[in-house]
Amino acid sequence: MKILTVENLSKSFGGIHANRDISFDVEEGSILGVIGPNGAGKSTLFDLITGFTKPDTGKVKFFDKNIFGISPDKISNLGVGRTFQKLKPFADQTLLENVMIGAFVKEKDIKRARDRALEIIDFVDLIEKRHHFAKELSTGQRKRLEMARAMAIDPKLLLMDEVTGGVDQKTIPGLVELVKKLKNTGVTIITIEHNINIIMEISDNVLALDQGKRIAFGEPKEIQNNKQVIDAYLGTFDAA
Amino acid sequence: MDSKLEIAKSEPIWNTNNRVISIIAGLVILLFALPLFGMNSFYLHLFIMIFMHAVMAQSWNVIAGFSGQISLGHGAFFGIGAYATSFFYMEYGITPWISIFFGMFVSGIFAVLIGIPMLRLSGHYFAIATLLIGISFQVVFQRWDLVGAASGLWVTMTPEDSWSALQFHSSKAPYYYVFLMFFLITFFLVWLLSRSKLGYRLRAVRDDPQAALSLCINVSNYKIIAYVISAMIMAPMGSLFAQYILIIDPDRVFNIEISIIVLLITVLGGIGNVWGPIIGAAILVPISEYSRIYLGGTGGAVDLIFYGLILMIICIFRPNGLISFIPKDILERKKQR
Repeated sequence: MKILTVENLSKSFGGIHANRDISFDVEEGSILGVIGPNGAGKSTLFDLITGFTKPDTGKVKFFDKNIFGISPDKISNLGVGRTFQKLKPFADQTLLENVMIGAFVKEKDIKRARDRALEIIDFVDLIEKRHHFAKELSTGQRKRLEMARAMAIDPKLLLMDEVTGGVDQKTIPGLVELVKKLKNTGVTIITIEHNINIIMEISDNVLALDQGKRIAFGEPKEIQNNKQVIDAYLGTFDAA
Repeated sequence: MDSKLEIAKSEPIWNTNNRVISIIAGLVILLFALPLFGMNSFYLHLFIMIFMHAVMAQSWNVIAGFSGQISLGHGAFFGIGAYATSFFYMEYGITPWISIFFGMFVSGIFAVLIGIPMLRLSGHYFAIATLLIGISFQVVFQRWDLVGAASGLWVTMTPEDSWSALQFHSSKAPYYYVFLMFFLITFFLVWLLSRSKLGYRLRAVRDDPQAALSLCINVSNYKIIAYVISAMIMAPMGSLFAQYILIIDPDRVFNIEISIIVLLITVLGGIGNVWGPIIGAAILVPISEYSRIYLGGTGGAVDLIFYGLILMIICIFRPNGLISFIPKDILERKKQR
């Protein structure tokens, strides 16, 4: 079953076409990897889907519901969670409090919200850091915090913007494992990722963008051998 | 189940430091007992002003400290509260105990009406807009004949002390207890708010509105809720102040200085912290009162110089206010390592 259908989605900022006629769909329970060079429109695409930026034209359907142009809080309330490229933790609050804010969406009672938040924090392997303020956590830990916070709203679809971006090499495998673990819970994932090896490892499908346009969409193997993708993004990948 | 998770779940939700609870209980008992030790009129007045300003600052703390919106026109809600009680008592003989709630209600309505367009603005723009709103209330009341225009209202005095009219001529002690009760109730309710789902969500709005939106939080609505709560806390102080001095006019109860003072008190004590306004009021109000006594009518503005100096020192060395001198795990939310 298709959880997300995007048709001819476009957005311009002045004369710049951030996204042009982008179409794709996502199967429930799968991972879609989004790749493209800097400025390809990947993060803008996330903002358009999650309502943070109003699209100019096109259609966005979450299951059968049209979510085109709906406000971000309403879209998240339907079950679309997200993380941000530039991390946005609630810096002066503890990790537990950060996740509890998300958990309150499903749990009205403070004790139950706290228990749920603790379970998710345990899931992302940060249980010992639960009382640390977000600003005290490392970048990798803050990435986990954002994932935990987004999971707390019990999303059906989770959009993750550069999970492994800005972290050291030692931290990356743990984050990749966490994404796989997340997929096993049944949640559908769309992830923007620059590391092509990770994309090939975790994705069921890959969407490649360049200059705001879709240049390829398909299984990782196909994308890896797609000439347009190689020219625009992978460069010498096949020769390596 | 993971044992670390089990341990985490078994922790108490809130830090219940028995020593701190005992100290607070002791202080509350002391505050109730103080007038019994023959406090003179000046000290009763001083404490009344501390209670009043602490509540006013707490009101500002809810909108600025909890939801992150800097309002510079909060004096408007103080004035609305003051006029509501005085006008309805004088015109219709309605007891202030009822019209206090009317003042709260009207303030809440105005907060919604002002908040819907204004809270779309952010940062400095919201602050400037509220500053102008505050001033416009003063201008309107200066010209509104029904409420005495620039001369204001002289509350009809009762011949004797009267609890129903909230007027006490023989001693300030009853006023002391009335203000004390409002002070304690307000602080308890704001303390509860800070620990509620609403409190968590307001802090999310303050810290990062975009992240809050991604967590199903309608940021605009929550800002309006905070503004309404804040206005409804401010209004009763205007009502009680009117009954305390029995004469109100636009220059006194809609004065821009009210909006500035509550900001100073909160910043000095610690913005975003329930205890901050108490500490701020306990320090700034005596400075203001003593400078008024020793340096003339308005304190020769020396109190304002003090405020400015203290504020500069705080901003440079203690941006989180004086409350930051107290270890966080004592008064703040639980944080264990």
